[in-house]
Amino acid sequence: MNWVSQNMDLALGLLLTHLSLAVPAIVLAVLVAVPLGWLAHRKRRVRGPLLTGVGLLYAVPSLALFILVPSLFGFSIRSSANIIIVLAIYGVAILVRTCADAFDAVPADVRQAADALGYSTWKRFWSVDLPLSVPVTMAGVRVVVVSTVSLVTVGSVIGVQSLGTLFTDGFQRGIIPEVLTGLVLTVLLAVAMDVLCVLIERALTPWNRRRA
Amino acid sequence: MIEFQRVSKTYPDGTVAVEDFSLVAPSRQTTVLVGTSGSGKTTVLRMVNRMVEPTTGHVLWDGVDVATMNPVKLRRSIGYVLQEGGLFPHWTVLDNIATVPRLEGATRQDSARRASELLEMVGLDASMGSRYPAQLSGGQRQRVGVARALANDPLLLLMDEPFGALDPLVRRDLHVQVKRIREALGTTIIMVTHDMHEAMTLGHQVVVMQTGGRIVQTGAPEELLSSPATDFVADLINVSKL
Repeated sequence: MNWVSQNMDLALGLLLTHLSLAVPAIVLAVLVAVPLGWLAHRKRRVRGPLLTGVGLLYAVPSLALFILVPSLFGFSIRSSANIIIVLAIYGVAILVRTCADAFDAVPADVRQAADALGYSTWKRFWSVDLPLSVPVTMAGVRVVVVSTVSLVTVGSVIGVQSLGTLFTDGFQRGIIPEVLTGLVLTVLLAVAMDVLCVLIERALTPWNRRRA
Repeated sequence: MIEFQRVSKTYPDGTVAVEDFSLVAPSRQTTVLVGTSGSGKTTVLRMVNRMVEPTTGHVLWDGVDVATMNPVKLRRSIGYVLQEGGLFPHWTVLDNIATVPRLEGATRQDSARRASELLEMVGLDASMGSRYPAQLSGGQRQRVGVARALANDPLLLLMDEPFGALDPLVRRDLHVQVKRIREALGTTIIMVTHDMHEAMTLGHQVVVMQTGGRIVQTGAPEELLSSPATDFVADLINVSKL
């Protein structure tokens, strides 16, 4: 454990870098998946092809995407943007179906009440459908969070720094404590962010907490 | 006054929900549509606020075809009470009641004050205002649903099986409440129910319907009692007396 005490700064620095890749990717994934989920919920004909198509993106190997995406968007393979976009794609692949289900799960009588009271579709989305979709959506977001935090480490293979750097570096130099440190920090980070998700969900759904 | 002029509703799959239905619901009175399920009564009710568009025929509100009105504006000017209240589970009682004033751009303060008045009017304690619908009993939820529908002083109130899920005592109490409100505000009410007793209690005009929106008999409760048009009407009345 000598390695840990001597390299604390390095490990913590990589932890922050890791966060700076994971958080934007997760946020981006949610911002894209929610409207797509809404589209799938509203347009029955689009639903099948959309959900299947987006879901299949998850089957594309991450290394292939890390190489393909930069050539499509025109930035360097080793840029943070590359990692963020690729991980957001995986996030969307996981989340879209859950988002569609989340909107489906909004009770029909509540939606009818909103229509009967004179909500336009746009207002109803923000006031009724979106807030009531939060519990189901957040279940999907939690999967995305854990998956993304883990997938960021793959970026180290193409030379983008993260906690994964501790794996590649430790492996090459044969320092087992370094590899273990990377592993433990990644898992701890995932757990911490999962807890954060639970807190965010509670804050967004006060009506669920006060159910008698 | 609401006037249905030979309205029909046929769904794309060929199902005929309502066929050639004509009726006048006079102002400041309660018209009750009563019938078994599948009689098209809810479909007819929803034609008034354009949640269902008739395939043929017209619905006139004081002589104006509702089809020419903006549906969102039309709905905000009509109170609507749904079965089980249809409350927004994520909003408190006061926020639920204040829905339409808020939609119409009233300030938070003004609509909260209005909501408190209405809470009292439907016989609920002020302490209920901060609760969520899931923390209320069925009867309390239904009162909130009525309060919400009245928030913008609508001239017209549509009620879709509003008290169907309540026990008889609570229901009787709400009947008294609705009568009192209608007398105080002069609201025109069109209500749908499958309960003949409810129809006789609340209706100035009772419309008995059978499959496809066919009207079996229209009249004041006394007329239905003294001279039921068919055995079906007589049966409905007899069952409701049990």
